[in-house]
Amino acid sequence: MFVTELLQTTPDPAAETALTLPDYDPETQAALFRYLLRLGDSVLILGQRTSEWCGHAPVLEEEMALANFGLDLIGQARMLLTYAGALEGKGRDEDTLAFLRYEHEYRNVTMTELPNGDFARTMVRHFLFASWMVLLWARLQSSADPHLAAIAGKAVKEARYHQRHAGGWVVRLGDGTALSHDKTQAALDDLWPYTAEWFESDEDDARLAQAGIAPHPGELAAPWRETVTPTLAEAQLRMPPESPFRSHGRWGRHSEHMGHLLPEMQYLQRAYPGGKW
Amino acid sequence: MTQTPTDTPRRDEWPLWEVFVRAKNGLEHKHCGSVHAVDARMALELARDLYTRRQEGVSIWVVRSDQIVASDPDAKPELFDPSADKIYRHPTFYRLPAEVDHM
Repeated sequence: MFVTELLQTTPDPAAETALTLPDYDPETQAALFRYLLRLGDSVLILGQRTSEWCGHAPVLEEEMALANFGLDLIGQARMLLTYAGALEGKGRDEDTLAFLRYEHEYRNVTMTELPNGDFARTMVRHFLFASWMVLLWARLQSSADPHLAAIAGKAVKEARYHQRHAGGWVVRLGDGTALSHDKTQAALDDLWPYTAEWFESDEDDARLAQAGIAPHPGELAAPWRETVTPTLAEAQLRMPPESPFRSHGRWGRHSEHMGHLLPEMQYLQRAYPGGKW
Repeated sequence: MTQTPTDTPRRDEWPLWEVFVRAKNGLEHKHCGSVHAVDARMALELARDLYTRRQEGVSIWVVRSDQIVASDPDAKPELFDPSADKIYRHPTFYRLPAEVDHM
């Protein structure tokens, strides 16, 4: 059974034993586990951030759109973390991984944990991130790992819509009034340096690329830039210059904002361990 | 008609759009509600986010609400009451052959 089906058919996470796990050597298995955390944590944390807009969005309709974004991302996180837990084989389910780790054990890219800021900043971040994820999910659809490929097949459609909707806002705000343009440009300037991390790599990435499980991160850099450039141009936004700054969320070294995000996200599981609803 | 269509939307509020959703191919689009949006593209996306979250549809139409011409509620008596006693217009007086199923 696939992890995508598992979550649809069984509300009980204990059923994770029903997953048929591919037969990997220990190093590949460990590398894939860490890769799933990097991907799963990134969509989990951005989903958490996006859900903070609930009750605060500028209009009711857009609030629903943002809530849908958050739910899509958390749904992707559930699949990835459920699979990660099964692959690790230490009995950790999606909730344990999502809510009971410490800051340095999270492997999300740093941009996802940055505060939402204003609406323009939220949309610029979502557009940059979704544009990257569209390319990544599309590549992962042909992953040698059947579970990851199945998850990608579902997630790529969601990411395409996110890219489209957030991209529409980037153009609208960037090519809007002088005030909205300035806010959008400021958001782009601030967020841009955090994109460099997405294309950095280590030995895990090399191993998974070698095994045909995941694309080498650096291969997506040029296609991603090509994807976002026309939208930024249409939005009358200036592409920020390259920066030597590197964030390291994927290596567990987070910004000062992560320590504030986690207590809120983890509160229920910490206060009521194993709580269900 | 009480409202005059206008090309210049009010600056303090987004225009209203009526949303029609087709549940599946072969069925007609049905009116299901409305959204506020600044243009057609945004209206379509927000309609998608509000009205097709639970697999309600395979196609969406949006129409500016002020582009819809509606009948006058005060004209109800002359418009609709005359059909009340024309029961022969309902096709219930014909005997259908047994082979014609599900009519």
